[in-house]
Amino acid sequence: MSVHPWVAWYAFRRHTAYPLGAFTEGLTNTVFGLLRAYILIAVWAERPSLGGYDVTDAVTFCFLTQALLGAVQVFGGMDLTARIRTGDVAIDLYRPVGLLGWWLADDVGRALATLLLRAGPPLLTGAIIFDLRAPSPARAAAFAAAFALAVLVSFALRYLVALAMFWLSDDQGVQMISLVLTLFFSGMVLPLVVFPGALGTAAGWLPWSALIQVPADVYLGKRDVAGALAFQAAWAAALLAAAHLVTRAARHRLVVQGG
Amino acid sequence: MYGVLVWAWTRSAAQYPVSLVLLGVGSAVVTGLDALAIVIVFTGADRLGGFTAAEVLFLYATAALAFQASDALLGNTELLSRHVREGTFDTMMTRPVSPLVQIATERFNPRRPIRIVLPAVLLALVLPRLDVPWTPGRAAVVAVMVVSGTAIFCGIWVLAASVQFVLMESHGATKSLTYGGGFLTQYPLSLFARDFVRGVTFVVPLAFVNWQPALYVLDRPDPLGLPGPARFASPAVAVVTCAAAALAWRTGLRRYRSTGN
Repeated sequence: MSVHPWVAWYAFRRHTAYPLGAFTEGLTNTVFGLLRAYILIAVWAERPSLGGYDVTDAVTFCFLTQALLGAVQVFGGMDLTARIRTGDVAIDLYRPVGLLGWWLADDVGRALATLLLRAGPPLLTGAIIFDLRAPSPARAAAFAAAFALAVLVSFALRYLVALAMFWLSDDQGVQMISLVLTLFFSGMVLPLVVFPGALGTAAGWLPWSALIQVPADVYLGKRDVAGALAFQAAWAAALLAAAHLVTRAARHRLVVQGG
Repeated sequence: MYGVLVWAWTRSAAQYPVSLVLLGVGSAVVTGLDALAIVIVFTGADRLGGFTAAEVLFLYATAALAFQASDALLGNTELLSRHVREGTFDTMMTRPVSPLVQIATERFNPRRPIRIVLPAVLLALVLPRLDVPWTPGRAAVVAVMVVSGTAIFCGIWVLAASVQFVLMESHGATKSLTYGGGFLTQYPLSLFARDFVRGVTFVVPLAFVNWQPALYVLDRPDPLGLPGPARFASPAVAVVTCAAAALAWRTGLRRYRSTGN
């Protein structure tokens, strides 16, 4: 059996080791969900069918965002960064499995653990206080697929940011730029359907929309499922291919530096 | 001492110039995202909960200015539980400088103060666009609210950090007070549920960061019906919050037991 399932499993165990810490994060997600929900309700009170959403869609979107943002790691970061800084990445490169596959497996474990521990509180609270939309079983299955693809895209983006370390020796700057783009273009700050004109169209085509906006649209039934999944899959494939090329370049870079 | 440590960490950060520049630009922009969201919302609507774009941006600018200033000064204290867990807090205790100053300045980066630039510029732009007769009293209230708002947030940062002396895992939850407070105060409190507003008025005094004084500046009635003097209570509330924070920090420090590193 390949080693990757084990990597994912141990990452899952690692990230479920401190459930209390994850639970408190879930509480903060809940508070932000409530704050943003009240704001969206006020916005939709002015414009009842803004962007093709009604107020229930908007509130559901808001709590869905809070439930997902931990798993697709909107705020960025990956343990790999620290290992590149300290040079431990040399050990990772020794391994008889590729760097990319190893860390992808690790991230899948992390995403599942985070979803399990942090999605509950915001969704439950939202459903108790407001009226949230529930998906049909078919929609729920489509949403699960969209979520899996969102994790892939999220991983590829963060992996590329982490590998920038090989050239810059400090990732905070790139991390920051990536954070700005992710927050704004994923739908985290505002649903992308609210964006006016060309900005909205452009935002819909960028990879970040695959993180939150597209899965949420699939959940709400606002988008053709096959098209949405194909869009996510195309970005995931393109970014993972780029990640593969950059990994090769980084390997050369490390050897030139003398390890 | 605070200044010396800040300068030392700034020089350290300058060792990575590309990162420093990107971080500076990124930090300045990221604080603006919430403002951009407000602008986008107002491209579709004229008013939000009865408030105009200029009024909401005024609330945003005062809240963000106070929050970012406090974050630059004391936001780092949220890392307390990590220092306790890793044992680095013991090192801080042995040094002849207050642990609060050490933890607040740790890894200081110029990107932190840069974040106040955007809200400050926005405040300067939005003030003349407010549809109110400017009196010396109003101008004074605006200046006082930024200062007392910063002090209230500083108190909240230290209070949240002090909780970590007792509950190591509380950081995740206290973020809803600190960052949540920073976000909440950007919008008119009248958008939120009434009991919620009571909570952030009487339990955690977030309403005094900018909402209460702004009601005076914008000449609006208080949805909770608090008496007029409440509009000017911010400095007093700031003093009480900071006193409570100082007390909590000292108590926490006395209770502190090393994890045994």
